[in-house]
Amino acid sequence: MTLLDVQNLRVTFATEAGPVEAVRGVSFSLGRERLGIVGESGSGKTMTGRAVLRLIRPPGRIEADRMVFDGQNLIEASEREMRALRGKRIGMVMQDPKYSLNPVMTVGDQLTEGLRRRDGLGRRDAEAKAISALEAVQIRDPARVMEAYPHELSGGMGQRVMIAMMLIPEPDLLIADEPTSALDVTVQAEVLAILDRLVRDRGMGLIFISHDLRLVARFCDRVLVMYKGRVVEELQASNLLAAQHPYTRGLLNCLPRIGGPREPLPGLDRTGAWAE
Amino acid sequence: MSLIEIEDLSVTFRAKGREVRAVEGVSLKVGKGESFGLVGESGSGKSTILRAICGLVPVTGGSIRIGGQPLPSPRGRAFSTQVQMVFQDPYASLHPRHTVDRTLSEPLAIHGIPGSDARVVQALTDVGLPPAFRFRYPHQLSGGQRQRVAIARALMLQPKVLLLDEPTSALDASVQAEVLNLLNRLRAERDLTFLMVSHDLAVIDYMTDRILVMQHGRAVEELSRSDLAAARMTTEYARSLFAASADRMLDPAVAAPA
Amino acid sequence: MTALHAWLSDPNPSSRRQAKLGQIWLAWLRIRRNRLAMVGLVIVGLLLVVAAFAPWIAPHDPYVQDLSRRLLPPGTPGNLLGTDDFGRDILSRIIYGARITLYTIGLVAVTAPVLGLLVGTVAGYFGGWIDAVLMRVTDIFLAFPRLILALALVAVLGPGIENAVLAIALTAWPPYARLARAETLTVRSSDYIAAIRLQGASSARIIAGHVVPMCLPSVIIRVTLDMAGVILIAAGLGFLGLGVQPPLPEWGLMISSGRKFLFEQWWVATMPGLAILIVSLGFNLLGDGLRDVLDPKSAPK
Repeated sequence: MTLLDVQNLRVTFATEAGPVEAVRGVSFSLGRERLGIVGESGSGKTMTGRAVLRLIRPPGRIEADRMVFDGQNLIEASEREMRALRGKRIGMVMQDPKYSLNPVMTVGDQLTEGLRRRDGLGRRDAEAKAISALEAVQIRDPARVMEAYPHELSGGMGQRVMIAMMLIPEPDLLIADEPTSALDVTVQAEVLAILDRLVRDRGMGLIFISHDLRLVARFCDRVLVMYKGRVVEELQASNLLAAQHPYTRGLLNCLPRIGGPREPLPGLDRTGAWAE
Repeated sequence: MSLIEIEDLSVTFRAKGREVRAVEGVSLKVGKGESFGLVGESGSGKSTILRAICGLVPVTGGSIRIGGQPLPSPRGRAFSTQVQMVFQDPYASLHPRHTVDRTLSEPLAIHGIPGSDARVVQALTDVGLPPAFRFRYPHQLSGGQRQRVAIARALMLQPKVLLLDEPTSALDASVQAEVLNLLNRLRAERDLTFLMVSHDLAVIDYMTDRILVMQHGRAVEELSRSDLAAARMTTEYARSLFAASADRMLDPAVAAPA
Repeated sequence: MTALHAWLSDPNPSSRRQAKLGQIWLAWLRIRRNRLAMVGLVIVGLLLVVAAFAPWIAPHDPYVQDLSRRLLPPGTPGNLLGTDDFGRDILSRIIYGARITLYTIGLVAVTAPVLGLLVGTVAGYFGGWIDAVLMRVTDIFLAFPRLILALALVAVLGPGIENAVLAIALTAWPPYARLARAETLTVRSSDYIAAIRLQGASSARIIAGHVVPMCLPSVIIRVTLDMAGVILIAAGLGFLGLGVQPPLPEWGLMISSGRKFLFEQWWVATMPGLAILIVSLGFNLLGDGLRDVLDPKSAPK
């Protein structure tokens, strides 16, 4: 079943030097699966994720032949309809929890705010639900975390709180933009396990945006490789490390490996027709 | 004799009345021309060791010697011609209102070294940047180009030791490869000694001969390069760190060219 | 013209001067897009022109009294804005008054922010007891209302334009010191300061060459926004008879002398008041515009 269908998505920014296209005709569809989007900085992967939620500010402009989420046309939807979708049915997790959490509110207040205001839950019910959400992301002492302010949390803890917050309204689709890049490898593994379980248990769709090919290969079902606003290759994640496209191969080859040779690392050849 | 000798180093910060022990009793020795790596997760104190060497954080216990000499405090000008550092974030380590030219010529001005013009152009060429970039501002450069400028700045005074604090973790993979190649080339050409910090085992393995695994401010285990490749760790923590980086191992199927 | 534009916007400048001018050119392009800032710039520019060419612009001598033509209303032929109680032409006095206003704010602008920057950056950079001492001194100055402190200083020093400027400058620097200290604290721990320290630079070099350039934009913005306040305090001192002394055509003094006829001959006080209003507004608009251009936080990547 298709949850999200995007055809020929374009994001254009009007600048002094003329229009700049950050996303140039990206098409993909997503079921209840883990879709990875990989690319270097400036490849348009973040813009693609934000465009789905129509979170691009002027002078940026979003165009698409088709952008449908669960039967609802996202291109035609009013700002009011988008607000109803954001958070409730499509969640988003950003790279750095420091900038996404309100620094002057306790975690508990932030987690229960939506539940009480939007769903009209009582204080006790909302708190119970927030605590169970924190438990779902493997936070061992949820009562203490509820009382804490964001700056009192470690990076991994903050990121888990962000994910818990996004998961409380039980969205059908989660867009995670580099959710683990700021985390240590061991914490990273835990956060990925949480996301993985949510996709399997709740049948949630996940768009996983990352620059780390090896991570995406290990974690996702399907992968889009982006370069300069275009999808240069789409393939099964299990085949990613054996990809044939020169860009994907180049990205893989320039990574050092434990026990690998000491000869200079190969650079990335950007002269092919795909690099236009 | 080792060029860098650190013995029983401790660094304690006092923050909001609480004492934070960033580094506790760490000892290491790096020989001349060697490349030594420090790995660990955030908060393990690996960057703090580099900052302690530079005198950017107070040393609360133990000793640091460079070339057998204990370091004066404050570090002074002689120190800056021996040891220099490349920082993690190229967006934060260059002064946003200074041109590349100013950034590179300032160390020469401080030390009264003549021939600034020729040296700046030469320094840019050495790190693979066109001399036309000389009067650009940092915001006109990409992340990789900024890091090259930062490397050029660190080498202006021709130090013997280069401290590298995650020099590529903010860069794209292809740019990381270019910067790592550049660092290796410069090390060979100038007989530099590296002390490098990274959280990426693959990068540290590629760049250094010996590594020290750190956790919570303490040294956990020292490994040689072959120990790492063969997964010969003795401590639980080093093994778990290695296991989490399993996808960075050399895999013949991946390494083979298409 | 196009050759000059190309030279200014060259991404690879070939000299320090070209790089610097190119940056100024970019800032100019950005401020030109902000209409209100341009209005402010035009007003401030007009003030400069009027002050510079006062003898040629003014239709009458500002000091010549003509009691037969006293208190004429605006629109009288020969006296566009009317005359005051000594029959002096108000327009000419406002035009000459621009010189005094400019002199006052010019002197304040080169003293108070410099002192404030010095105190703030030194306190912020060194921290510890130096910071504590300098900031307590700053707090003492901040504890008194500005006008009262200026009044006390003028009372001690005696009335006159230089003393008024000194009094204003001495009361105006503490906010700049606070601002510079706050900026310095964020800059102090940055990697580029660590890098230059590692190069063996002295504290004086780091403060002057590396910390001050980062504090300067916010201080400049604050200075332009404060200019309105400086004009008002100068006018206030003039109004109270503690600043510029008659018969000099200072705007505040003119309002003061027009007070007596406020109900019958409203223009005598209103016209210089309008001048103060317009110039203050000009500086405020310019300051707002500069904030967009100079603020390092909004600088393009």
